[in-house]
Amino acid sequence: MNTPDHLRYTKSHEWILFADDGTAKVGLTDHAQDALGDLVFVNLPQVGDALTCGEALGDVESVKAVSDVYSPVTGTVKAVNEDLLDTPEAINSDPYGAWLVEVENITDQEELLDAAAYQDHCAQED
Amino acid sequence: MGSYQPSTQEERQAMLEAIGCQSMDDLYAQVPPQMRLDHLDLPDGKSELEVRRILEGIAAKNTVFPSVFRGAGAYKHYIPAIVKSVTSKETFVTAYTPYQAELSQGVLQSIFEYQTMICALTGMDASNASIYDGASAAAEAVAMCRDRKRSTVLISAAAHPMVRRTVETYCFGNGMEVKTVPVKNGFTDTQALTDLLDDTVACFYLQQPNYFGRIEAAKELGEAAHAAGAKFIMGVNPIAMAVLKTPGECGADIAVGEGQPLGMPLSFGGPYLGFMAATSALTRKLPGRIVGETTDHDGRRAYVLTLQAREQHIRREKASSNVCSNQALCAMTAAVYLAAVGPDGLRQVAERCMAHARYAAQKVCDVPGFDMVYPGPYFHEFVTTCPCKPEKLLTGLAKRGILGPLPLEDGNLLWCATEMNTRDEIDALEQAIREVV
Amino acid sequence: MELLFEKSRKGRRCDLLPPLDVPPAHLMAGMERETPLDLPELSEVDLTRHYSALERRAHGVNNGFYPLGSCTMKYNPRINEELSALPGFTGVHPTQSADTAQGCLEVLYLAEELLCEITGMDAMTFQPAAGAHGEFTALLMVKKYHLDRGDTARTKILVPDSAHGTNPASAAMCGFTVVNVPSNPDGGVDLEALKAAAGPDTAALMLTNPNTLGLFDPNILEITQIVHDAGGLCYYDGANLNAVMGVVRPGDMGFDLVHLNLHKTFSTPHGGGGPGSGPVGCKKFLQDFLPVFHVEEGGDGLEFKDPAKSIGSVKVFYGNFTVVVKALAYILTLGAQGIPEAAKGAVLNANYLREQLRGTYDIAYGDGPCMHEFVLTLHDLKKQTGVSAMDVAKALIDHGIHPPTMYFPLIVEEALMFEPTETESRETLDEAAAVLRDIRAQADADPESLHTAPHTTPIGRPDEVKAARHPVLRYTPPEGKA
Repeated sequence: MNTPDHLRYTKSHEWILFADDGTAKVGLTDHAQDALGDLVFVNLPQVGDALTCGEALGDVESVKAVSDVYSPVTGTVKAVNEDLLDTPEAINSDPYGAWLVEVENITDQEELLDAAAYQDHCAQED
Repeated sequence: MGSYQPSTQEERQAMLEAIGCQSMDDLYAQVPPQMRLDHLDLPDGKSELEVRRILEGIAAKNTVFPSVFRGAGAYKHYIPAIVKSVTSKETFVTAYTPYQAELSQGVLQSIFEYQTMICALTGMDASNASIYDGASAAAEAVAMCRDRKRSTVLISAAAHPMVRRTVETYCFGNGMEVKTVPVKNGFTDTQALTDLLDDTVACFYLQQPNYFGRIEAAKELGEAAHAAGAKFIMGVNPIAMAVLKTPGECGADIAVGEGQPLGMPLSFGGPYLGFMAATSALTRKLPGRIVGETTDHDGRRAYVLTLQAREQHIRREKASSNVCSNQALCAMTAAVYLAAVGPDGLRQVAERCMAHARYAAQKVCDVPGFDMVYPGPYFHEFVTTCPCKPEKLLTGLAKRGILGPLPLEDGNLLWCATEMNTRDEIDALEQAIREVV
Repeated sequence: MELLFEKSRKGRRCDLLPPLDVPPAHLMAGMERETPLDLPELSEVDLTRHYSALERRAHGVNNGFYPLGSCTMKYNPRINEELSALPGFTGVHPTQSADTAQGCLEVLYLAEELLCEITGMDAMTFQPAAGAHGEFTALLMVKKYHLDRGDTARTKILVPDSAHGTNPASAAMCGFTVVNVPSNPDGGVDLEALKAAAGPDTAALMLTNPNTLGLFDPNILEITQIVHDAGGLCYYDGANLNAVMGVVRPGDMGFDLVHLNLHKTFSTPHGGGGPGSGPVGCKKFLQDFLPVFHVEEGGDGLEFKDPAKSIGSVKVFYGNFTVVVKALAYILTLGAQGIPEAAKGAVLNANYLREQLRGTYDIAYGDGPCMHEFVLTLHDLKKQTGVSAMDVAKALIDHGIHPPTMYFPLIVEEALMFEPTETESRETLDEAAAVLRDIRAQADADPESLHTAPHTTPIGRPDEVKAARHPVLRYTPPEGKA
């Protein structure tokens, strides 16, 4: 399982990368994509949508399952990764490159884990 | 008493003993005794011949009119013999939804072919595997258009009354507000539509040809809806699609319709077929089953139920529709019908409908007191005035073996003619009207 | 195999219509279709052979054993098909006056009377076209009933976690919030959880009994009482009625509304996914909320009446009428004795098959007897051998048996749900058990052959990921051939 050190993680298996300008990108962890299996579609929010930390921002579909993706922060959607609409498999092949949304105007965040803590969390869940 | 259970009483007793039970009561041990039924207050079971006689007797109480000049949502067309022979094949009749693709390629391929034909007919990008009927398809299409900011539905008053009622009923469930766009001179009122369109409107539903048989300026009405950011849904007659501008050509986002004219008998209202197709942008919002092409691990072409993560068995309360079946055998009926008539044949059927309707209109209006209510183009239905009480006309026609027009609320008459109504039959209709009135 | 479109040859046709006998009519310019109509062009023999080939690539219950759990794949009698196709039924226009359609009205009236007796209900509508459509209809009635009483607080529907996915989806379509109620260790409703969940915001409970584990909930009277005490209604999902019809009635279990699947319990065929029929029955106090077109006795015979507070219409006209004809023929055939006999036969066959498999496979909630279906859990088998529920299901296909329902209910891991129905003989069940025992042995000896099953079908396992990622939903002619 790959958990890059420069990212922060949620217990619900999202990663978040904060940029210097106060925005952040959110995606699904390697652990998550492995558990979900081959992804076939993503439902993303619209630019401008308000996100609330801990609430679903969209979902990802495999052939026989659908899983919510939770927002680690409260803020506004600045951009969505529209490439994923055509190539959801990118989440499987490159989970940390395949960001789902970019968030701005961040006002709140949930308790985030560093790589080591996230690895412990995954180990406990298994 | 028939039972269709192959095993005899003795065999069943032996099976009970084989699993260590004395009586069937042991197996129903979980059912509280005070709830168990002593007996059912039903007639005794009957032999096949007795049941046949009973049902034949009941059927004989109906009048089947040899000559039908009524449509209003259910149309009598010629059903080629091949249609019934294919759709009564035992395997197709007794299969379940094709969950197991390896064992169900026949059913899956037939649906894939059906989807392709519906796309060809409507000019849309993607079709689902069908839905219950035209009215429920309209209601599901409306629900597809809802989003967080838009939850008002505009529906033309020139749509079939039961389609309107069904849309209203579904919207009572999902909370969308339904507003009716009034009719002017038998057409959907363009100005009224424009006035009703605002940024809360999710969609506008138009029927083509409309309930009065008239051909709407669909493209222009659709453009008005789009200009206000609303989706445009067209409910169309599938036979008319051979000659009329398609929903695709009119810019519709979703096309639905009643598929009954494609090889299904009148059958007192059902089973019928709801067809449903959309632009590629809306494909993933389509409700119900969808069949897609793929390959197996050896690269052989294969068909499967696909995009299933949209559906209720996976999304449960987050699914946008609860539909889990289609009208598979009716969809196959439509596909066999369309393949049997082919592109030229369907055009021929549509043109016959128009020609016979025009001839019928002319003949009916030759009788004093019967006049066309609306001037201008129509497909195979038209509205006339009636110089007498409609009941008088209909009773008189019924005595002569003719199912006459449907009386409308305003006292006018809604007529229909198809390829089934021969010239002789139409001439006889005129004669009958003269005798009755 | 080739598609109709690939078999199409320009100019082929079936000659169906006589020459035009009236002057031709034309559309005005600007109204006409512009794009060519891309339908296949075939002769009748092309068509017949095409569909015969497709038929050989399909499997119906009349072809062989089809123990698909929760779907009640019982034999579909041929006589019912013939009777539903009588011209006296198929030739009737839905808007004909009541006096010319008394036979059709009688079918609906009689079917209502008989099915009300079987369910313990007082009135019924045949408008819904399928089970899910019936659920939706019944929940709209629940909604309207509460609103009519001026009670706007009842916004929640209680659904056990073992329920079919249609239950929560139907509730959501009616604007309700779904509250999931957990199961107890015996597979029934957890009474404490139900008590905690039921309250002044409860609109109704949706329950399948026997449930999707094939278990009759012995606490059923207490369950319906808890919901009624909280002011909610109790809705019976009739998907599993086949286990108990004629033995115990939903109305006597405390239910206020019920939907039936005529295409399951009453042996009208499934048609590869439809048309079905999902009538909804209710107690008298809910009768006014039924959809439009309820058949009643009038001065001049039977007629349609719109109930006073009707929810409206969920479909055009009166439902899938000829499907009701088939169900009526079936009920008349079985009659007062045959209906409970069928239920008992279904329960016996399920228990018999289950006992043949005990020891070979793990049975979920397998202590007491089951009803009409049972669930195997292959969790341990998968751990030991790598062979999954899917592998076993696919292997059955190679033996001419349609697989059971897989991976449902969701609360059982590696689930296989078998519903043999009453119309299978002991030999068929013995053969199926023998096949399943062979497959179990093969799981140890040669698991790889099971991973790649089936081996005897026109295609192997399809690539569903590819189908969903890049959907191809219709035929497109190859470049240059259009």
